[in-house]
Amino acid sequence: MNPLVIGLNHKTADVEVREKVAFGGDKLAPATDRLVSLPGVHEGVILSTCNRVEIYVNAENPASVENEIKNFVSDFHSVDRASLDRSLFVHCGDEAIRHVFRVASSLDSMVVGEPQILGQLKDAYEYARENRKTGTLMNRMMNKAISVAKRVRNETRIAENAVSISFAAVELARKIFDDITTKSAMLLGAGEMAELAARHLINAGVKSMCVSNRTYSRCVELANEFNGRPVKFEEFLTEMEHVDIVICSTGAPTFVVMKDHVKGVMKARRNRPIFFIDISVPRNLDPAINDLDNVYLYDVDDLQGVVDTNVEQRKIEAEKAEAIVTEEIGNFRKWLASLDAVPTVVALRERADAIREDETAKALNKLGICDERTEKIIRSLAHNIVNKMLHPPTAALRGEAADKEILVDLVRRIYKLDSEEVER
Amino acid sequence: MTFNPVYLFELSLTLYFAALIVSVTELFRGTKTTSRIMISFAAAGFVLQTANMALRYMGEGYLPIASLHETAAFFAWCIVAIFLYLEFRYMLGLLGSFIMPTAFILMLSSSMLPRAMKPLPPILQSSWFGVHIGLAFLGNAAFAMACGIGVMYLIQEHNLKAKHVHGLFKRLPNLSVLDDLNYRLISLGFPLLTLAIISGVIWAESALGGYWRWDPKEVWSLITWLIYALILHVRLTSGWRGRKVAILSIVGFAAVLFTFFGVNLLIKSLHSNMMD
Repeated sequence: MNPLVIGLNHKTADVEVREKVAFGGDKLAPATDRLVSLPGVHEGVILSTCNRVEIYVNAENPASVENEIKNFVSDFHSVDRASLDRSLFVHCGDEAIRHVFRVASSLDSMVVGEPQILGQLKDAYEYARENRKTGTLMNRMMNKAISVAKRVRNETRIAENAVSISFAAVELARKIFDDITTKSAMLLGAGEMAELAARHLINAGVKSMCVSNRTYSRCVELANEFNGRPVKFEEFLTEMEHVDIVICSTGAPTFVVMKDHVKGVMKARRNRPIFFIDISVPRNLDPAINDLDNVYLYDVDDLQGVVDTNVEQRKIEAEKAEAIVTEEIGNFRKWLASLDAVPTVVALRERADAIREDETAKALNKLGICDERTEKIIRSLAHNIVNKMLHPPTAALRGEAADKEILVDLVRRIYKLDSEEVER
Repeated sequence: MTFNPVYLFELSLTLYFAALIVSVTELFRGTKTTSRIMISFAAAGFVLQTANMALRYMGEGYLPIASLHETAAFFAWCIVAIFLYLEFRYMLGLLGSFIMPTAFILMLSSSMLPRAMKPLPPILQSSWFGVHIGLAFLGNAAFAMACGIGVMYLIQEHNLKAKHVHGLFKRLPNLSVLDDLNYRLISLGFPLLTLAIISGVIWAESALGGYWRWDPKEVWSLITWLIYALILHVRLTSGWRGRKVAILSIVGFAAVLFTFFGVNLLIKSLHSNMMD
C-alpha cells in the first residue's frame, strides 16, 4: 500500500504542456479505466485542472508503477516520453501524502489560498469513487485531504485577504460602507483594470452602476455592458453627488478631478462618505482629495500596497498551514503503519491475552483456594479457547491475500485495536 | 440574607477584570474563541452584579443608586448592559476592547469607595430621585458607548486614510456601522439625559424648594447636555458625520465623567454632600 503521485503543474510545466496532457471532458473516463488496469495499480484518482494534471494511485511497487504511468500518459496523449519526463514530478510515500494535503489546502496553488482547488479535488475524487476506482487508501487519503483543507481554512487566515488590485478595492469598500448592496458606483473612463474592478463591484452586489466617458458612444457601449446608465462626461461631477464609489481611469494626462470639485460634491451630498479608486496612470484624481473628511482615495500604488500586505499575510498564514499539514501527515502515517499485518497480529494477541489473564484471575478468585491441578486445568482451558479463536484471523493476516490491507483495517476496527477510534 | 452581597460585588469586579484582560489581548491577537470568552466573562459579571443590586434592594428597600459607590457600580452596570445588547444585536468585532476598560474602571473606583448601606436620607426618598438617577446613568452609559465607538471610528478612519490596511484594520468594523451606531447611541442618550435633568429639576423643587440653584453639578450637567445637543444639531442640520462627530462624542463623554467624578471629588457641590 504505497501512495504515489505523478503529475505536472504550473510550477513544472508551461501551459502548452499542461493543455496537451489534460484529461478534460470525455477523456477522463477512458483514462481512469486504463489507469487502474495498469499492472500494480490498485486505486487511482485523476485531477485535471487548468493549472495541474495529477495522478494519484495506490501502487504495489512504486518504482515500476511510476514507469507504467509515465508510459500511459505519453501513450494516451501521444506526447514524447522524454519531453514529458522533464515536466513530470513524482512523489512517493510521505511526500505523496504531503503533496495531496498541500494541493487540497491550496498551498500549492498559483495564488496561495484560492478556494477553487478544493472543489476540483473533491469532484475528481467523487468521480473516481463513484466509478469504483478507489479503495481503502485513496478513500482515506482523499477524505483526510479534504478535512485537512477545512482545518487549514478554519485555523488560518490564508484565504481571507484580497490578493488582486480589483478585489482589494472591493475589500476596502466593505470597510467604508456597511452594506455595499445599497451603494451605487460610477465608472469614469475605461480601462481593463477599471472594468475588472467595476465587475467585481457588480458581483459584490452594488445597487447600480453608471458610466461616464469622454466619447459618448463608448460610454453607451460600456453602460450596456455593465447594465448601467450612461452619463455625459460634462455631467459626471453632478452625478458624483449620488454615487458612493468612483472608479476612475480616463487616460487623461493630468488630474481630472480636483480637491475643490470634491469639496463641492461633499457639500451637496451632505458628507455621505465617498470612495475614489484611481486606477489611471498618470493619476486622474488629485491626491489632496484624500484629505477631505469622509472622502477616501486609493490610487494604483495604494492598492498594490494593500495587495502586497495581503500577500505577505498569506505567506505567514501559509507557514501555519504547513505545520498543520505536517501534523496531519503524522496521523495519517500512524494509520498507514497500522495496516501492516505484524503489529496488528501482535496487538490482537495482546488484547486477547489481557482478557484471558483478567478472566482467569476472576474465575480463580471466585473458586477460592483450590488445588494445583484445578488451577492448571482452568488456565489451560482459557488459553486454548483464546488460541483456537485467534488462529483463523492470525493466519489470514499472516497470509498473502491481495486485499490484505482491507483485512487488517477490518480486524483493527472489529477488535477496536486503535485507541483513537478510526474516523470516517 | 445569609449570603453576603459583598462577595457578589467582588466576584463581578473580578469577572469584569477578566473580561478586560481578554478584551485587551484581543486587540493584538484575537479569534472567535477569545471574543466568546470575553463576552462570557462580561455576561457572568453582569449577572452577579445584577444579583448584588437585587439583594441590596431587598435588604434596604430602595434602589442601590444613592451613594457614590452604588452609582459608580450602577453606571458600569448600565454600560455592560448596553454593551451586551450591542454585542448580541450587531456582533461587531472588538467592541469590548473599547468599552470594557471604562466599565472596569468605574467598577474599580466603586470598589474603593465606602460601601456601607446607610439609611436613605429623607431628602432622597422620592421616586423622582430614583427616576433622575436611573435615567441619568442609562443616558451616560449610552454616551460611554458612543465614546468607545468614536475611538474605534477614529482608529479605523486613520487606518483607511493612511492606508494601514493590516492588523487591527481587518478586525475593526466598517466606518458606516460605527458612525451609525454613534448616532443611534447619542440619539438614545440625549433624551434620557434631558429627562434626567427634568426629573432632577422636579425633585429639586419638591425636596429643596427650588428648581435650579446653579450648583456645579447642575452647571456641568447643562454643559454636557449642550455638547450632545450640539452633536445632534450639527449632524441633523449641517450633515456633520464621521470624524468630527466621533471627536465630539469623546469630548462629550469627558464632560460626562467630569460631571460625575470631577464635580464630586474636586468641587464641593450640593449633590456630593448629599451622597456622602
